[in-house]
Amino acid sequence: MYKILVKQQLAPSVQLFEVQAPLIAKKAKPGQFVILRVNEEGERIPLTIADFNREKGTITLIFQEVGASTVELGLLNEGEFLLDLVGPLGKATHIEKMGTVVCVGGGIGIAPVYPIARGMKEAGNEVISIIGARSEDILIYEEEMAAVSDELIITTDDGSKGRKALVTQPLKELLDSDKTISLVVAIGPVIMMKFVAETTRPYGVPTVVSLNPIMVDGTGMCGGCRVSVGQENKFACVDGPEFDAHKVDFESLMARQRMYKPHEKQHSEHINGKKEGGCKCHSH
Amino acid sequence: MSLSLKRHPMPEQDPKVRAKNFAEVTLGYTEELAQSEAERCLQCKTAPCRKGCPVEIDIPAFIKHIKEGNMDASIAKIKEANGLPAVCGRVCPQEEQCEKYCVLAKKGESVAIGRLERYVADYVRGKGEAIASLEYATDAQKVAIIGSGPAGLSAAGDLAKMGYKVTVFEALHLPGGVLMYGIPEFRLPKDEVVQAEINNLRKLGVEVVVNAVIGSTFTVDELLEEEGFDAVFIGTGAGLPYFMDVPGENLNGVYSANEFLTRCNLMKAYRFPQSGTPIHVGKRVAVVGGGNVAMDGARTALRLGAEHVSIVYRRSEKELPARLEEIHHAKEEGIDFQLLTAPTAVLGNKEGWVTGLQCVRMELGEPDASGRRRPIEVPNSEFVLDVDTIIIAIGQGPNPLVQSTTKGLETNRKGNINADAETGATSKPGVFAGGDIVTGAATVILAMGAGKKAAVAIDKYLQEKKNK
Repeated sequence: MYKILVKQQLAPSVQLFEVQAPLIAKKAKPGQFVILRVNEEGERIPLTIADFNREKGTITLIFQEVGASTVELGLLNEGEFLLDLVGPLGKATHIEKMGTVVCVGGGIGIAPVYPIARGMKEAGNEVISIIGARSEDILIYEEEMAAVSDELIITTDDGSKGRKALVTQPLKELLDSDKTISLVVAIGPVIMMKFVAETTRPYGVPTVVSLNPIMVDGTGMCGGCRVSVGQENKFACVDGPEFDAHKVDFESLMARQRMYKPHEKQHSEHINGKKEGGCKCHSH
Repeated sequence: MSLSLKRHPMPEQDPKVRAKNFAEVTLGYTEELAQSEAERCLQCKTAPCRKGCPVEIDIPAFIKHIKEGNMDASIAKIKEANGLPAVCGRVCPQEEQCEKYCVLAKKGESVAIGRLERYVADYVRGKGEAIASLEYATDAQKVAIIGSGPAGLSAAGDLAKMGYKVTVFEALHLPGGVLMYGIPEFRLPKDEVVQAEINNLRKLGVEVVVNAVIGSTFTVDELLEEEGFDAVFIGTGAGLPYFMDVPGENLNGVYSANEFLTRCNLMKAYRFPQSGTPIHVGKRVAVVGGGNVAMDGARTALRLGAEHVSIVYRRSEKELPARLEEIHHAKEEGIDFQLLTAPTAVLGNKEGWVTGLQCVRMELGEPDASGRRRPIEVPNSEFVLDVDTIIIAIGQGPNPLVQSTTKGLETNRKGNINADAETGATSKPGVFAGGDIVTGAATVILAMGAGKKAAVAIDKYLQEKKNK
């Protein structure tokens, strides 16, 4: 059992949990993730480690309530427990001094970009961060990102904060400038990562994305998270989650993410039924 | 009374009924049936049956106790050799092991040893088996077991009984390995049988730590150098699924058998949405492969509501690696067998979903290195199986996580750990290994046998270490 020490609402339907997990905190590195289960009937869901504190023995998870399991997770309060939490899983981000690194985060993807940006800064890189969201009220981690970046560019789709643009626009301007960019790291919705890949491709700038396919075990035993990278099948949970963006088959990844859409709706209805007082689809 | 040459049949659910539920197919012997079956045992002095049992249970002795109605003595006799009898009585391929060597098999049918082992284990569990926790010396040495499948559990039970403090580390949220995620509920009930037997080990004093991925949470070197363990046993199994490497394999509706079975067995997707894990099963399913995993996948798909399920296997019926009993059960439930058939591509629509499996017919040529006749493609025999779900069950390899994070641990070309067949000793002092991680995918009882041998070797190693 893993105690929730801090719960904080970052934006509408975006929550932050600081969870007691000393073994995971001791080993966690930027780029890695955990798998958790809320309760006995719960499914296993992957979440990227947004932050960790080795002294306090805690890790920070940030999630958006997008389906039944994350809604159920969001119902937990400070002092309550996650039933299962396993990690750190996946390969850590390759961090070294390479010059100028551009960190791009979209929506909830800003959270996992943060420890990478911090790691890159600590390694002596110039860090330029571009963070974007649909609108100002769902923009998260602005101060944290500013603290670890030499330059922070904010974009919103509706122009309510920063530039009214997609993250790819300032990225393209940076690529066109005199600056030599050594690496671009992008995390966010698949469609955003795909367009970041297409933006950097003509410039030949190495680009890394963190993929978020459907997972079950997260330890390499099922292949549910397989993605095609450079025509080769890779398991995102053990070979990734970070891959060379220019080699990823994003279309296939997006199709696979839609696999359980009808089920998710059914599960949400079930959870809502439970919230409204008693499960209606199954007699106990 | 003359000796019956036929064994007593075991009651089972009607095929039409059971094809729609996840309850256990076979119902087990009643007391009367068990005693009558026990009567058939000739109590041979030489007990050839024992040489077929990888853990050498004293078979005539436990059967004699059943005959005399002394079930407590019977289970005690079995447990001298086997800590998981309710599991082994159900899933061992007895026809190739103990029962193969029974003298009755020469003239008729062998004694149903597996069914009797299962009977006595179920009977004793049903009435509430008393298990006293062991007493440990204050300076008892500590052993870490990595993986809680059959190999690890077997080693853990034996080492605990020898007086060692045993901690089992499991990556998933429930212990049991393939017993939990692989073998379906309708063959091996999870709560009633698997967890109950693991709880018996806990009562002995074995500590089970779940959600611990060795190689990440702790490395083997950390267990030995920082966490105070005196020896380590690696029983991480063969959990890495192989894919076919044909076009279209990433389409929606294509599962590895590991994923399909894990969703259903461990995550209980058959109870969705009460259980939160979804599973997709279309109307027409193809399962590629011919082993027990393929049979399990096919029969699970049927129970999840598929209308038509085919096994697609590239050799002929004679070469099917699955247990005869499983093939028989699958056929009774209406599974279709597409033999001498090999997939060449998965076909899909523009939304990314499977629409068919393109195959070719095969014929058998000369025997290959494995001694089995090699399948050869029949020219111009392409055809398309009309399916919307595909389950790939063509085998598993070793997960590299532990090996790749342990200094000085040698592996072979396939990634399996090199370990002595008799002792399980690896290239690294104090580290032992056994089960599928050493041999590649095999059976539950062979893994348990390996765990048993390793426990003996670990005991010897630790005694020498202590006396140094």
